[in-house]
Amino acid sequence: MASSIRVRAIAKGDTTEVQALIQHPMDSGFIKDDKGEFIPAHYIRELTFEHNGRAVFYADWGTAVSKDPYVKFAFHGGNKGDDLKVRWIDNKGESDTTTVKIQ
Amino acid sequence: MTSHQGAFSVSRRLVLAGAGSVALAGLGILACPSSMAFAAANDRYPEEAFEQKNGKEAIRLLYGRTLEPSDKIKLDAPEIAENGAVVPISVTTSLPEVTSIAFVVPENPNVLASYYRIPPGTLPNVANRLKLAKTSDVIVIVEAGGKLYSAAKEVKVTVGGCGG
Repeated sequence: MASSIRVRAIAKGDTTEVQALIQHPMDSGFIKDDKGEFIPAHYIRELTFEHNGRAVFYADWGTAVSKDPYVKFAFHGGNKGDDLKVRWIDNKGESDTTTVKIQ
Repeated sequence: MTSHQGAFSVSRRLVLAGAGSVALAGLGILACPSSMAFAAANDRYPEEAFEQKNGKEAIRLLYGRTLEPSDKIKLDAPEIAENGAVVPISVTTSLPEVTSIAFVVPENPNVLASYYRIPPGTLPNVANRLKLAKTSDVIVIVEAGGKLYSAAKEVKVTVGGCGG
């Protein structure tokens, strides 16, 4: 299965800009389906980014983050070819991880 | 400008209402000045804060401290969101020593939307997309140098992000 995480990290000068797009329903638990029953909450809670093994960004998310979440941030350091590891875990304990090279 | 004043009055209300509990929390902070307060102190997911229906409680659970408005925070959000399910919101700040950034939507069922921890070396700029149940202020809380700063902006929602 293809990764749920699409991430692009671009080194520019002394900073690296990171954009990530994740496929996830991010169900809030407040929405009803066609039969009028609530769709149970299903959302990513934690998302971490590691550059060469060092955590550079942590996101803690609630149910108000949009479906197929997007996040953008930047950090100092990072060179072309370095590893950037991304991992998320949701409220059901499901998780996914991917590692990309900084461009 | 009127919308900004309205926004700040909301965060002030949150703070005033939470003042009693914050005073208690202050004792804990004095006892361990080097550590960040509460959820911000550890790496655990701040579950209780995310379940809060009430803005001042969420902020207290997350930080245990009061906020002050800051003009050094630039909060970017649309004035009108046609679709409350996907509202792009970003923040940048010139405040030094930022350690966390949180987005709070007081009119949502759970008011705390997202919380970002910023390790040293990471820039205090974050963009994300949030759901807004209805027209609401969006409050961003920036923790910098051990203090809390906030900025707010009202986003008018024409179609809510919580179905129905």
